[in-house]
Amino acid sequence: MKSRVKWIGITTAVIVGLALSAGMTAGEAQPKTNEGGSQVKIDNFTFAPNTLTVPVGTTVQWVNRDDIPHTVVSEDKSTFKSKALDTDDNFSYTFSKAGTYSYFCSIHPKMTGKVVVQ
Amino acid sequence: MKGKKRDELLFDHNQDGVDRRGFLKCMAWAGTGTLCVMKGGVLNSYSLSRWAELDPAEMKGELSFAQISDSHMGFNKPANTDVVGTLQAAVEKVNALKISPEFLLHTGDISHLAKPEEFDTVDQILRGAAAKQVFFVPGEHDVIGDDGKQYLDRYAKTANGSGWYSFDSKGVHFVGLVNVLNLKAGGLGSLGQDQLEWLEKDLKGLTASTPVVVFAHIPLWSIYPQWGWGTEDSAQALGYLKRFGSVTVLNGHIHQTMQKVEGNVTFHTAASTAFPQPHPGAADSPGPMKVPAEQLRGLLGITSVKFKRGKHALAIVDSNLTDAMSSEMQGTQSY
Repeated sequence: MKSRVKWIGITTAVIVGLALSAGMTAGEAQPKTNEGGSQVKIDNFTFAPNTLTVPVGTTVQWVNRDDIPHTVVSEDKSTFKSKALDTDDNFSYTFSKAGTYSYFCSIHPKMTGKVVVQ
Repeated sequence: MKGKKRDELLFDHNQDGVDRRGFLKCMAWAGTGTLCVMKGGVLNSYSLSRWAELDPAEMKGELSFAQISDSHMGFNKPANTDVVGTLQAAVEKVNALKISPEFLLHTGDISHLAKPEEFDTVDQILRGAAAKQVFFVPGEHDVIGDDGKQYLDRYAKTANGSGWYSFDSKGVHFVGLVNVLNLKAGGLGSLGQDQLEWLEKDLKGLTASTPVVVFAHIPLWSIYPQWGWGTEDSAQALGYLKRFGSVTVLNGHIHQTMQKVEGNVTFHTAASTAFPQPHPGAADSPGPMKVPAEQLRGLLGITSVKFKRGKHALAIVDSNLTDAMSSEMQGTQSY
């Protein structure tokens, strides 16, 4: 059991290390807006910000910073639907009508987010 | 330890469910090489270091097959930059088993991004397997972008619905289920009403003494719903399996081995051949886990399963890929 505990310790250290470096890189490179649009970062199986509020006409861009592919699909599965986004791939959609748009990752459906268009 | 003949665990799950201490001990061994042999409802677990002491005749059954899972062909991130090599190692490991498996089961995430060339590469590697027949079920990565049309066309042309099917081999009934399609926002894996109705009909004609093996990508038991490690309507499917004396459920998706016995049902998840994922809740997310290079192959693996007629039990053996690479181990493994 002793060696196992040690192993978990090492693994945790590696994960924490990775998370820190990933966070730092993203922090440096993250453009908050793109041409009057707004960005949602996909990292650690979450959409951040989880709820994004934008004015009508905004183009929202999702960027995947995970080591695993994700998708961005509106809850009705028809308003918008990205292809598989591999690491650093992005997807954009322009919201031309006011409303609340719930979306999720169709392959990891526990991942959900919202865009509120005012 | 020296006075003990074998490092084994005994618990009679037919009487009162799982012995928790025994289960945890078995869990601790998972990934470093565990051999679980089930006979007449008694599960014996042996640590890797004891394999050489086992009598191969004791392990012989009437049917044996191997499970591989989560090959994620196309994945190239630091957690494993050689998923081709590790899948090949898994195939070599299966080929080296002393009792050749009748066939292979691949429990999904064959590809990483559902690209045709990823499926092609896996098909090519699997052609090197001594067992010529491979049965597949899709993982969520295999159905990205086209709701599984390409998967269906390649692997499940004669299957029902979105790819579910059953077959019989030496008196054992096998059911391959699809739980990675039509997922709802915020939800878990899903079988759906059509598939559940088909399953009920499929099982109806079988006698209760027929051993049943169910395989699907996402676990059919609730391992860690927070990470989506479960199937929302699996209880209904398991309900149809209640009357059977021996049920084995084989899954992938979580990239680590876990086992649970509940009444007549043994649940088992297989390791990935590509990259490990953290234990439930041990990290912020279930993303690929980067481990020191020398540990990687110890966390990837294959599962071989044997069935003995009359025993109503299956022996499930997990092996990691380190063994396949170690010449010291060649010829000393007993299955």
